[in-house]
Amino acid sequence: MIEIKDLHKSYKMGNNKLHVLKGLNFSIAEGELVAIMGSSGSGKSTLLNILGMLDELDEGSYTLDGVPIKNLNETKAAQYRNKFLGFVFQSFNLINYKSAMENVALPLYYQKVPRKEREEKALKYLGQVGLKEWADHLPNELSGGQKQRVAIARAMAAEPKVLLADEPTGALDSKTSYEVMDLIQKINDNGNTILVVTHEEDIAHMCKRIVHLKDGVIVEDKMVEQVRAEQYV
Amino acid sequence: MFNKDRWKEILEVLTSNWFRTILTAFGVFWGIFILIILLSAGKGLENGIMQDFGDIATNTMFMWSRTTTKTYKGLPKGRSFLFKTDDVQAIRDKVPNLRFISPRNQLGGFNGANNVVRGLKTGAYNVYGDYPEIIKQDPMTITSGRFLNYNDINEKRKIAIIGEGVKDGLYNRGEEVVGSYIKIQGVNFMVVGTYKKKSNDGDGEEGQKEIFVPFTSFSQAFNRGNDVGWMAITANDGTSITSIKDKIMSVVKENRKVHPDDQRAVGHFDLYEQFQRVQSLFGALRFIAYFVGILVLLSGVIGVSNIMLIVVKERTKEIGIRRALGEDPWSIKLQILMESIFLTIISGMAGITLGAMVIYAINSLLDMNGPVDMFANPSVSLSVVIGALAILIVSGLLAGFIPAQSAIKVRPIDALRTE
Ligand SMILES: Nc1ncnc2c1ncn2[C@@H]1O[C@H](COP(=O)(O)OP(=O)(O)OP(=O)(O)O)[C@@H](O)[C@H]1O
Ligand SMILES: [Mg+2]
Repeated sequence: MIEIKDLHKSYKMGNNKLHVLKGLNFSIAEGELVAIMGSSGSGKSTLLNILGMLDELDEGSYTLDGVPIKNLNETKAAQYRNKFLGFVFQSFNLINYKSAMENVALPLYYQKVPRKEREEKALKYLGQVGLKEWADHLPNELSGGQKQRVAIARAMAAEPKVLLADEPTGALDSKTSYEVMDLIQKINDNGNTILVVTHEEDIAHMCKRIVHLKDGVIVEDKMVEQVRAEQYV
Repeated sequence: MFNKDRWKEILEVLTSNWFRTILTAFGVFWGIFILIILLSAGKGLENGIMQDFGDIATNTMFMWSRTTTKTYKGLPKGRSFLFKTDDVQAIRDKVPNLRFISPRNQLGGFNGANNVVRGLKTGAYNVYGDYPEIIKQDPMTITSGRFLNYNDINEKRKIAIIGEGVKDGLYNRGEEVVGSYIKIQGVNFMVVGTYKKKSNDGDGEEGQKEIFVPFTSFSQAFNRGNDVGWMAITANDGTSITSIKDKIMSVVKENRKVHPDDQRAVGHFDLYEQFQRVQSLFGALRFIAYFVGILVLLSGVIGVSNIMLIVVKERTKEIGIRRALGEDPWSIKLQILMESIFLTIISGMAGITLGAMVIYAINSLLDMNGPVDMFANPSVSLSVVIGALAILIVSGLLAGFIPAQSAIKVRPIDALRTE
C-alpha cells in the first residue's frame, strides 16, 4: 500500500540546512496498523506530512497504492488527498462554525457528492463513532474525545485507502485515549491501513507494528502483539 | 458554483461578524450613493436648462441686419440696410446643406401699443409674417384649424393663426375662433387656426401671444415691399449651422453690397453654438460626478479588499484544513471572490436603492412646490444603474482578487502546524 525508498527531507533555516529525514526505507501493506515512535524532533510529523502529500520529499520515492507520488500540482495533490487519505490531527482541526455533521460531510462535499447522500453518509459515520445525537452540535460544544471522534469520522467519510493520525491521543487523557484507540482498532479490523504517530508506549502497543525513528533514521521496526483497547474502556 | 452550500458558507462568513460586515459595506454603499446622487443632480440641472430651450430646432441661427461700419463699392459706412427677399434665394443657391431658410417680418413687440382689434377688444401682440416652415423651426401645436401653407403665401391670403393667449385676450369663452376676423393695424385677417407652444422662456406666456400671417400678405398689408426683417436658418442634420454660418453671412453681405470684412453689419445668434456650450458643460458635470463617485467608491472597495484580507488571515487554519481534506485551491479562490463580490453588490444595491429613494423624494417635493429655475426632474437612467452594477461587479472582483490569491498561497502544512 505504501512504499518508501531512500526518503530524504531537509529544511532550510537561513544558511543552515536541517537534515530531518535521512534515507528512510519501508513499506506498509494493506490492512496494517503501524505506530511511528520517536523522540520529539525526530521527524515523525515530517514523515507523516510527506506521506499525506502535505509536504514534498527532497529525494527518494514514494508510491501509494501503486501510484508514484511526485511533482504534484496543488489541484492534483488535493484530489489525491481527498481520494486516498484521511487525516486525524492532535488538535482535532475541526471547522468551528460547522456542525459535527457538516464537518464529517466536508470531504464528500469536495468530491461533489450530492447533499442528501452526503448527509446520510456523514450520519452513518457519526453513528459508528457513537456521536449520532451530537450531529447538530458545533465543535466547541463537544469534549476533546468527542472532537477527536468527529475528526476520525470525518477522516473515514471519504473512505480513504490510508488513515494518517498524528498524535491522535496527544491532547486526551488516558481513558479517552483508549476510546479513540478502540475506534482506530475497529476501523483497522475492517481492513483499513492506518499509521499512528505517538509518544506513548501503551498507545503504540495497541498497534500491530512499531517503527522507531531516531535522528531521521529508522532504528527499529518490529511487529508487536496487539493490545486491545476495548478492555480499558 | 452557485450551489446552496456555497451560498450558505458565504452568508455564514459574512454574518459571523455583523458589525464589521456592515462597516465594510458602508464604504461601497456610500460610494455608489454619492455617484447616483451626483449623476441625478447633474441630470436635473440638464433637464431644467433643456426645458428653457423648449422644442426649438437647435441647429438654427437667427440673422438680422444692422448698420455698416466700412465703406464699400462707393457706399458710405454707417448705412442701415435691410435684407431683401432675393437674399433668401441667393443663400439657397449658394450654401448647401440648409434645411430651412425662413425670412420673417415682425410687428409689435414687448410692451408695444395695442395693434390688434376685434370688436370692442384690443391687445398688443407680436405679429409675424412667416413661411410655413417656421413651425418646424419653432415648433407649436395646432389646437384648432390649421397652420400656414404655400397657397396662403402664393395667393397672399389675409389669414392668421393666433396663439391661445391671443384667443384668451380677444375672444369670450366658447366663442368660435376659426373663421372669425381680427384687425391688425387696420387690416382685416381671417383666423384659420390656433396654436399652443411649449415654453422656451420662463413661464411661456409670451410665446402664446403671437400671431402668424403669410409672409407675402404681411409684406403687402404693411407695405414692406421686398424687405426681410430677419431670418431663421436651420441646417441639415449632420451639418452644424455653426460650420456654415460664415458662408451664409458672406453671401448676404455680397448681395447687399456690404464689405466682406465688415463684422458688425450682420448680427446673428447661433443657437447651436449655445446649445453645444451647454451640452459640454453637462458633459463636464457628468465627468465630475463619475470621477468623484468612483473615487469614493474606490475607497469603499479598498475597504472591502482590506477586510477580505483579514478574513483570509483569520481563516488560514480553516483553509489549511479544507485543503488537507482535499478541497481544490480554485474552489477556495472562488469562495473568497464570491464573498467579496456578494458583499460589494449587496451594499451597492442598498446604495442605489437609497439613492433612488432620495431622488424620488426630491421629485415629489418639486412636484408639490412647483417648478424651480434651472432644475427639473432629477433622475438616473436604467443604463446608469446597469453601469453602476457593472462597476460594482468589477470592483468586487478587484477587491477579492488579492485576498483570494493570498488564500491559495496558504500551504496546508503551515496552516496546520500546531503551536
Ligand atoms: N517547516 C519547517 N521548517 C523548518 N524546520 C522544520 C519545519 N518543520 C519541522 N522542522 C524541524 O524538523 C524537525 C522534525 O520536526 P517534526 O515536526 O517532524 O518532529 P516530530 O518528530 O513530529 O516532533 P514532535 O514529537 O515534537 O511532534 C524539528 O527539528 C523541527 O524543528
Ligand atoms: Mg510531531
